This record gives sequence, C-alpha cells and structure tokens, in this order.
Amino acid sequence: MLALVAVVAVSQVHSENGSGSRVDVDAAIIGVVLALGVIRWLVTRWWFDGVTLHVETGLVRRDSRTIPVTRIQGVDLVQPFLAKVLGVAELRIRLAGSGKDERLAYLHLARATALRAALLAAHHGLDPATPEPGERALAVVPGSRLAASIALSSSTVVLVAFLVAFGVTTAVSPKAGVAVGATAFVYLFGLLTGIWRRFNTQYGFTVASAPDGIRVRRGLVGSVAETIPVRRVQAIRTIEPIAWQPMDWCRLEVDLAGVMKRERGAGSPSVTKTLLPVGTTEIASEIRSLVVADRGVAPTRPPRRSMLKSPLSYHNLRAGHDDVVAVATTGRLRRVTAWVPLEKVQSVRRVQGPVQRALGVATVHLDVAGRRVDASFKDRDVEEANQLVEDLTVLCRAARATSAGPRGPGGH
Amino acid sequence: MTDAAGEVWSAPSPRLWRMRQAELGILALLAIVAAAVVAVSSRTAAILVGAVALAAVASSVYFVRRRVRAWGYLERDEDLLVRRGVLVRRRSVVPYGRMQLVEVTAGLMERAFGLSTVKLHTAAAHSDARIPGLEPDEAARLRDQLAALGEAKAAGL
Repeated sequence: MLALVAVVAVSQVHSENGSGSRVDVDAAIIGVVLALGVIRWLVTRWWFDGVTLHVETGLVRRDSRTIPVTRIQGVDLVQPFLAKVLGVAELRIRLAGSGKDERLAYLHLARATALRAALLAAHHGLDPATPEPGERALAVVPGSRLAASIALSSSTVVLVAFLVAFGVTTAVSPKAGVAVGATAFVYLFGLLTGIWRRFNTQYGFTVASAPDGIRVRRGLVGSVAETIPVRRVQAIRTIEPIAWQPMDWCRLEVDLAGVMKRERGAGSPSVTKTLLPVGTTEIASEIRSLVVADRGVAPTRPPRRSMLKSPLSYHNLRAGHDDVVAVATTGRLRRVTAWVPLEKVQSVRRVQGPVQRALGVATVHLDVAGRRVDASFKDRDVEEANQLVEDLTVLCRAARATSAGPRGPGGH
Repeated sequence: MTDAAGEVWSAPSPRLWRMRQAELGILALLAIVAAAVVAVSSRTAAILVGAVALAAVASSVYFVRRRVRAWGYLERDEDLLVRRGVLVRRRSVVPYGRMQLVEVTAGLMERAFGLSTVKLHTAAAHSDARIPGLEPDEAARLRDQLAALGEAKAAGL
C-alpha cells in the first residue's frame, strides 16, 4: 500500500513538468504495482511444524526463511483499511537479534489469529494446538473521551489560535489574510494530519493483560493488535498535560528496548509505545502496576532554594526510590512522572551546572537504553546527590543480580 | 589525585595539556594571520583585531588548562567512574556489566601527539563515558581490561 502511494506521489511530481497522456502512465504504474503485489501474495507459501515457521516467497528469486519459535519476541496482528474490508490480516513477527520484523501478509483473519496463537504457544514450550490463553480486560477508551482529550491537546490549541489569528487578519486586511494562510498552510496541514492520525490510530483503544504481556488493540480505519512484553520495558511514564488535570486524566507510555546495534554505538534504539492514550489516573496506575512494582515509594521534594534554578517545574519536582524502582516527576505545563526499574538502569550520572553549584545542588540522572533521559533526581542537595549516586549504583547492581535469569543470545 | 573518599583517580597523560596548547597555538597563529590581512587596509583595525584575538586565546589558556585537569577516571570493582568539566561538572558511573563496546579512537592532533581516546558505549545514549588523551599503552590496557570485565559481568537489557 505504501509503495503504491509513493508511486502515485512520484508520478504526480512527474506529471507537473510533463504533459500529454500522463494519466495513462499513472494507471499503468498502479496496475504494475498491484499486479506485483498480487503475484507476491500468490507465490508466498508458509507452514508451521510446531518448532519453526517456514516462509517461502519470491517469483524470480526464491527467498525462503525459517523462523525458530524460540527467537520470537512478539506477534502483532495488523489490518490496514483495505485488509479490514476484505477480512484479511498481516502478521508482524518481532524477532530477537534482528532489527526487521518478519511480515506475513495477507492471511484470513481467523487463520492469522490461529497461527499467532500457535506460534506463541510453541514459543512458551506448549503444544501448538493449545488455545490462546485468556486475557483480562483492563480498560477501553471511549471514542468521546479520546476526542475530548485530543481537543484539549496542544496541537488543537495551536490550531485554534492560528484560525483565530487568521480570521482577525482577514477581517482587517483580506490580502494579508491570504498571505498568512498560504504560508501557514503546509504547517497547518501537518498539524491536522497529526490530529487525525492520533484519533485514527488510538480509536477504540483496548488494554488487556495476558500471560505474555499487555495486549493492546486499537485503530479506526485500520486496526492493530499488539502485545507489549513486560520484561522488555525500560521505563514507564504518565503524562498529564495541564488542560487534562481537572478531569484527572493522563496518558501512559512505555519505552521498550530496541535491538542492539553494536556498530552504531550511540545507544540502542528504544521504541516508545502508548499503553493508554487517555484515562483516569486510577486506571493508569492499575495498568502501571502490571509493569513496575511501585510498593509505595515516597518521592521527596528538592530543597527550597532549587526554586531559583527551576522556577516553573519546582512546583511538581519530586523524586524518590526504593530498592527496585526509581520515581521522578517534573514539568509544569505537562507533568511527567517516570518510573524506572533499577535493574534496567544503564548508568548513573551526576551533573552540576554553574547555577546549581552556586545554590549547592546537583542533578542525578538514571540513564536507560535509548536516547531518553528518564528518571532524574533534579536539583537535589549536593550531599544528598553524592549519596544518591553511591546508593543507586549499589541498588542497581543488586537489582541486576537478582533479576539475572535465563538469557537468550545477544544479551536479551 | 585523591578525592575525599581516599580513592586514587587516574588522569589523562600530561601530553594532553601539551596537545591542547598546540591547538591554542594554531588558533593564535590564525589570529596573527587575520590581523596581518586586515593590516593591509587599516593599521588601527589590525591592532584591534590582533589584540582581541590574542586576548581570547590567552584567556582560554586558563580555562582549557582547568578543563584538562578536570578529567579523571577511577576503576572500581564493579564500575568505572569518569568525571569531567569545570563549568558544568559531570560524573558518570558506568557498571562494567552494562558496557556494549569499548572504542579507542585517535584524531589528527591526538595521533600527532601519540595519544588516544577511550570511549565506552552502553545501551543508553547519555551514558557519556569518554576519556581523552591517554597514552597508547594505558589506552590498550584500559580497553582490554574493560572488555574483559564487561564480558564477565554482562547483564541483559
């Protein structure tokens, strides 16, 4: 589908600088792409023998792949719009030690679901015929609440502010209005598509807990069913924009460990997934408790003098830890609380800038895989910060030692 | 170097300071060239440009010296400590078990002075453990030591 859109886009560009029977060329290109897709689908064969999944594809160059169930990390079921209409689905199989998902498209929905159950059962060392284990529903996000939450988001605020500005400008001087509208059109278009994408991908968001992780189903036009493996969660965050606070709503996000790319070296990529697009803090904390065990950490505030360094966020600044998890809150317009399991911490850093030194405070960061800085003990007293670095280093080591169980290849 | 806890920190080679001096020398030379070029048109402008540029280089001698002195590292039983910076002071604690790779690099200037930089990578992009200006022997020893310890204590993600 994506390739099709790309081809159409390319041919659109072409037709701008050419003339004549461009429409025929476009139609021909679309026809070829469609035909290639159908041929690819026709020549793809797969079978599952209970230990390995075999996939054979390719008309000219045969490509056969064997996927041992032990390497499977997750199986997602994806249905783009057309597939949903036709009652077929694509299986995306996430593998350990490989950056690319293995894709198997398109299967009848029933067969895809059955194959997924078989693969996961085999992965857990059960008979492939075992039916998919039952799941416990946790939350369903009503469409109205999702719409309301998006209406109260920053993109909508920007959009409305712009439309008001545009209206005023046009009223004062129509010419200037046109000029402003023309320049901001691309940006506005991006904003609108962003809002639409949020609504489309997160519509009908359903969260359930299953033995192999947290199951998420979502999507309006197309639909996605994915499983978030709890063991690979590096950090979990609740995000509370200020406009949501009267309703006590928040969003829940997790960072998952990506695939190690040793040659890149600049940190493993981590994937951020939404666990709940909008929900009450009560539901969010229930889902969160499935991922990290927060046995009542009591976060504390930094000293009052830190207010000079972080005048805005001081109001919400809090951080604390016990021997399994660290919790830190920051942000004013958008309150973000992050939980980091100590066993996932990569390194501990203490940073002290000139202002902080003058105030006698320092920040301690806990780094987890990826490019994000997660839990930070911001602007703590220097003595406390030094003690924190030592304590957290020891606690992280202890947490790693206790969690070190059976490990697969590639350090997973 | 010894800190409050009585731990002995290692420092980069003294030649790192000489390398930084050479870098500053090149900058000073460029300043003189710039002043000479300006001198073709106006003498007062040339004096001004030259004076400002040389003052900047001279003052940076002080700051660069402090920065060079701020670098330090400490190999403990379970982790490596790296400290750096004067204005913004940073201290990283990287457990050996979290190291994904150890990189030894030497840039143009470093090669000319026979020095190298040892860089530690973890899965986190912010871990930021880098030790510049090491003697080749020390760099090789550190690399092998860290690699061996990393292997022995490796932990999963």
